[in-house]
Amino acid sequence: MDYSTLIFKAIFLIIILLVTLVVAMYSTYAERKVAAFMQDRNGPNRAGPFGLLQPLADGLKMFMKEEIIPLTANKYLFILGPSIAMTTALLTGVVIPWGDTLTIGDHVYSLQMADLNIGILYVFAMVSIGVYGIMIGGWASNNKYALLGAIRAASQMISYELAMGMSIIALVLTTGSLSLHDIVSQQHGMHWNIFYQPLGFFIFLTCAFAETNRAPFDLPECETELIGGYHTEYSSMKLGFYLFAEYVNMFISSAVIATLYFGGYNMPFIDQLGLSSNAVTFIGMGFFFIKIFAFIFLFMWIRWTLPRFRYDQLMNMGWKGLIPLAIFNILATGTYYFFTSLK
Amino acid sequence: MIFLFYLLSTIMIVCALLVVFSKNPINNVIYLILCFIAMAGHYILLNAQFLAVVHIIVYTGAIMVLFLFVIMLLNLNKAIIIRKSTVTRVSAVITGGIFFLVLLAATRQTFEIHAKYPFNSEIGLVSGIGKTLFGEFLLPFEISSILFISAMVGAMMFGKKDA
Repeated sequence: MDYSTLIFKAIFLIIILLVTLVVAMYSTYAERKVAAFMQDRNGPNRAGPFGLLQPLADGLKMFMKEEIIPLTANKYLFILGPSIAMTTALLTGVVIPWGDTLTIGDHVYSLQMADLNIGILYVFAMVSIGVYGIMIGGWASNNKYALLGAIRAASQMISYELAMGMSIIALVLTTGSLSLHDIVSQQHGMHWNIFYQPLGFFIFLTCAFAETNRAPFDLPECETELIGGYHTEYSSMKLGFYLFAEYVNMFISSAVIATLYFGGYNMPFIDQLGLSSNAVTFIGMGFFFIKIFAFIFLFMWIRWTLPRFRYDQLMNMGWKGLIPLAIFNILATGTYYFFTSLK
Repeated sequence: MIFLFYLLSTIMIVCALLVVFSKNPINNVIYLILCFIAMAGHYILLNAQFLAVVHIIVYTGAIMVLFLFVIMLLNLNKAIIIRKSTVTRVSAVITGGIFFLVLLAATRQTFEIHAKYPFNSEIGLVSGIGKTLFGEFLLPFEISSILFISAMVGAMMFGKKDA
């Protein structure tokens, strides 16, 4: 790896990090605006024009608040919890192909940090480590509500990971690769996987909601039963990290959904425009972000539309609804490819 | 690469020792998780990306979560100090020492290990593992899956009170 690639990768990594943080920050603003729109209110409109500076004000407030670590809490684990949640949320962006290749001079750079052979599984691994952030934080608080919230979160995430993994198996059967780069480049020219795996997409989407602890699956922080759930005892920026990690997760899972099922940076009729490859890359990247924002909006739309599940309903749906459906999807996909490949 | 190998090995050994010596169950589990993550790093050094990620998903992401679950639900927060009689302690030390001696004697002259199959750097990738599991080792693979199913069914039977 020569120096120019290394420098490009370093700059690109910083840009990804900043974009992720800024998008997550403005997701909080967007969430409040969407909620306000749905409830016929105005939403934040005091800080700056249209309340655009509201996320900055919120962040500043989080930093300035007094930090309380309960005396009965396990101090190191109490600090470790939000750190794990934030770190794993940010680590996932590394494998997502944000765009096609970029040509600067006579060098060709790929707009993907690491094209891992096992891209999808890496995302899963990070999600499964992310559970620890919630579990450790909730347990270390030494608070019954926090513990209950943590246990709810962990059992929910484990249950829905199964169905999510199975919906991915069907997707891998159609694409024949685990690398996100291959999956995206195969979807070139409107061969989006949503047309081949509609059932798998709905299973994956539902599980993504559950994995990010978003409504209607936000039982771990169900305020009428558990006060604040796993972050009841947290204050200041540690609470901020938990809340922020949720938005980062939402951004990343929108990006993963767009990559896996909606063609990533591919857009229709791009070949007919006759543009240079760099222009195509930039337009594709813009299109990718439009898809991501559409999914973030979907996340918010559903949160402010649907009421929360009851806990037994949640578990029944995961184990008795989604998993059999996912197995059926695998069988159907496998049968189809078995018989079409015979010819 | 060599540096990474030694770094990961040091992390693994220190964490493994802390798993044994730490008295608080939660800390034990967390050190074991760190140990597993370092082990996944070793897999990556061997170019076995698939094994590394599956190791993280299965061991770190599922099995250790269940461990942590049980410890949290039983609320085993306090350090456990097990008191044993002197006879038990002395006999334990002697048994352990003899076992160590046997291990040492067995491995003293086996410095060179010849692998049956030549090392293949592609073996840890998805296609390599898939072809090996579903070709050469198809029968053991299927039998182990039956074993898992029977374990799952057995656990369900135990879980049901009035079965």
